[in-house]
Amino acid sequence: MIAEPDGPEGRLRRLTTIWSRAVFPVTSTSLTRAEFEEQLRPLARRLSELLRARSFDAEAAKAVGAALVGAHCTDPEALTRTLDCVDAYLVLYCGADGPQDELRMRSSRLQHAMAAGYAQALRERTLAEQEAIAQAALRAQGVVAQALHASEARFRAVFEGAAIGVGIADLDGNVLQVNEALLRMFGLSEPSLRGRRVQDWVHPEDAPQTWRLYDELVHGEREHYHVEKAFNRPDGTVLWTNLTVSLLRDADGEPQYQLALMEDTTERRLLNLRLRYEATHDALTGLPNRTLFFERLEKALNAGEGQRFGLCYLDLDGFKTINDSLGHAAGDRLLVEVADRLQSCATAPGEMVARLGGDEFVALTTGPGSAREVDELAERIMGALVTPISIDGRDLLVRGSLGIVEGPSGERTAAEVLRSADITMYRAKSAGGNRSELADPEADARAITRHGLTTALPTALERGEFFIEYQPLVHLGDGSVRGAEALVRWLHPQHGVLGPDRFIPLAEHTGLIVPLGRWVLEESIRQARAWRERHGDQGAAGPLRINVNLSPCQLSHPGLVQDTVDILERAGVAPDALCLEVTESALIGADDDLLKPLRRLAEMGVDIALDDFGTGYSNLANLRRLPVSILKLDRSFTQGMQQFPADPVDLKIVEGIVTLAHSLDLAVTVEGVETGAQAEQLRVLGCDTAQGWYYARPGPPERLHDLALVDATG
Amino acid sequence: MERPAWAPRSIDISVPSVSRIYDYYLGGSHNFEVDREAARKAMEFLPGLPKIMQANRAFMRRAVRFAAGEGITQFLDIGSGIPTFGNVHEVAQAAVPGARVVYVDHDPVAVTHSQAVLAGNDDADVVAADLRKPHEILASPQLERLIDLNRPVALLLVAILHFVEDADDPYGAVAELRKALAPGSLLILTHASYEGIPLPAERAEGAVDVYKDIRNPLIMRSRDEIARFFEGYDMVEPGLVQMPHWRPDSEPEDEDPFAFSGFAGVGRTA
Repeated sequence: MIAEPDGPEGRLRRLTTIWSRAVFPVTSTSLTRAEFEEQLRPLARRLSELLRARSFDAEAAKAVGAALVGAHCTDPEALTRTLDCVDAYLVLYCGADGPQDELRMRSSRLQHAMAAGYAQALRERTLAEQEAIAQAALRAQGVVAQALHASEARFRAVFEGAAIGVGIADLDGNVLQVNEALLRMFGLSEPSLRGRRVQDWVHPEDAPQTWRLYDELVHGEREHYHVEKAFNRPDGTVLWTNLTVSLLRDADGEPQYQLALMEDTTERRLLNLRLRYEATHDALTGLPNRTLFFERLEKALNAGEGQRFGLCYLDLDGFKTINDSLGHAAGDRLLVEVADRLQSCATAPGEMVARLGGDEFVALTTGPGSAREVDELAERIMGALVTPISIDGRDLLVRGSLGIVEGPSGERTAAEVLRSADITMYRAKSAGGNRSELADPEADARAITRHGLTTALPTALERGEFFIEYQPLVHLGDGSVRGAEALVRWLHPQHGVLGPDRFIPLAEHTGLIVPLGRWVLEESIRQARAWRERHGDQGAAGPLRINVNLSPCQLSHPGLVQDTVDILERAGVAPDALCLEVTESALIGADDDLLKPLRRLAEMGVDIALDDFGTGYSNLANLRRLPVSILKLDRSFTQGMQQFPADPVDLKIVEGIVTLAHSLDLAVTVEGVETGAQAEQLRVLGCDTAQGWYYARPGPPERLHDLALVDATG
Repeated sequence: MERPAWAPRSIDISVPSVSRIYDYYLGGSHNFEVDREAARKAMEFLPGLPKIMQANRAFMRRAVRFAAGEGITQFLDIGSGIPTFGNVHEVAQAAVPGARVVYVDHDPVAVTHSQAVLAGNDDADVVAADLRKPHEILASPQLERLIDLNRPVALLLVAILHFVEDADDPYGAVAELRKALAPGSLLILTHASYEGIPLPAERAEGAVDVYKDIRNPLIMRSRDEIARFFEGYDMVEPGLVQMPHWRPDSEPEDEDPFAFSGFAGVGRTA
């Protein structure tokens, strides 16, 4: 329908256009003005109807005012402009030809109603929107609070469920919060911990840096620290912890709280202490062991100026026999009793007794007066052993050998001191036992040298430090050189030339005698061949023979016969060029098994000489049984012949032995011939061969060569 | 137990919110005195601020209708604020029944208010997330429920990018969103600028300072800088223009002079 420009619709449209032009600039609608005008059109129509209604109802205009609010005309300026517009144009465009006064009055009443309707709607909308935004804010806070609560609940679960103790305190040290684990550790209830101050937990065992670290942390100079710390529990026991304290800062980085994490290490610590005890004490006797003793000894030796130490090293005499005869259980009980008695000897401060192992005990005294104290200690120890020890109803007499070392701190190491004590104890034992000896540097030095030689022996053989000297064996009948005794020497890099008495016993002891003996045999046989090549088999007495000493160890070595045969064959030397010298003492009581190899060698043609004859328990009846062909008289028999006139008793003995030997078809060699008179005497007595300084001292093989030449030409 | 220092803080409604200030400009009462105080202060410098907001709403309304006309039925409105009236879902669902709308805002109060407004509307929902973290928006269950990213989406960034500082890489965020959109999607964008404001820039700076004071700095960008947000989009006619000039329904000459502040535009992904 197209409205007549001047018809009622056209006039209504003009009113609406004026109204919308007036109000649109102050609305906040997102509609276009044309769309906005469409919204106003029904409102204008309603006003027009109300103006001209037969029965006037001004109240109905309230809905028009409210509709303005619904069209988002919330700025009161929109109402002002609306009322201006209605006042000016409603009667003009919509009043038709009604009574003007009545229409103006009605218009005015409608405006009042519109204003009231607008105000009420705006008020309701405002309240509703305020309500909505407040609700939204509240819900949003609820959401955040819920998230916070969830986060706190998670945190609390971690806090409460943690196996380690967690505590939070402020920077003044006031405890704010602790978890269950921490309470359990302390054996406390939360109320009794709250309000406590961290500084109250000073403990005598706190490490020196503990509280300095604490101060640095609460002053923000340190982010965290870690210490081992002890706490007193209410029940008087001590709680040991691994404690880590961290500084908590707020969002701006300002220090706010301290957070302590602690782990209960009490059990572990006790276990460590027990392990430490077990590691430092002897399980049998409960005495400190070697480890702890060395710690204490080293402490005493590092004690500083003016401090001294005294050490007693005790080894029971004949303990092995007790162990072997009464059994280890009895031996152990004996050791326990000895330990108890020793323990009672060392009660003064600075004194201790330890068991080094087996039946070896040590007692240590420290301090400036140890020189006197150690003597008294040794006396008490020897005294403590005097009373017999009763084991299984037997009274056992226990004796011990005691080595005493005393001296100032700071001069020797613990190992050196203990070695000296050990050496000294062995001196006491060698001297018969049941006594104490005081350490003596010279004796120590000898023992140390002996030890040094023993350990140097194997390399000495490898390095070729041994060499052989030869001492001629001279036939007393014609003065001709018949052979030589091979005598081994050691050219020691430090000690110079050492004779066999210095190292053969050591070699015997370590078993090195077997390879050493084999080397001597090889070397000597090689030398014998060299002589033979030089001189041929000239002379009535045949080729030069070589005498080699055989130690008891070699004698019982299973490879003796084979080695000897191999060496002879390899050198191409006949067995009869070799004479093996065996000491009488090595053969005393020898059974057939031991004699068998000697017999084999004798059968092959090797001569066997009985060395040092007459010094031991010479079993003359046994002589027949032995596969020997030569007796070597010990030098002690010839010593009596050095003077003139000779000792008649010695002469008789030698004469007797010679007669005996010859009757058994044994040749006799004498050692230690130093004078011509002596030599003559022995020749008269019937001795066959001699050796000694009178003829030649032991020397290099060339010397023998010269002698033999002299002999051959002379 | 006291609240631990490291726990998140609660909402503080004594701090002004840009959403509620916006509502106040639009004549709403979803605001508190702190918001109104800040708004009045800003209006002392720029009295036409309500008109700028109104122009934003009017542009958005035209652009949503345009998108609906292009056949788009999915809308993602980031920085939706407090939807006083004339919202995307009203406009879109009026144009295309069943159109789906997801609102996004980082203001928790705006989000809960939107939840209340949208109660019972199965085709619209709201996500509490931040434009600065686009992956959180794209991965949200609401978006997954309502929007099929294999089909075109109208992405609305109306009056929001001027609250993202360069340090927070707004261009990167816009690019990341673009990459998630199917071809034929639209970017509907407005942005504040000193260009077009019918007052000397010094006056406008006063209003900018107000936003700085409430810790929601307003970043005024030049037309060129705003145009860069459309990288990867083909501009829809008439391009990036002052709001009243974008496909107007009525004569732009009738508009309030403040309506010409800032720029608006729509781009389409290839």
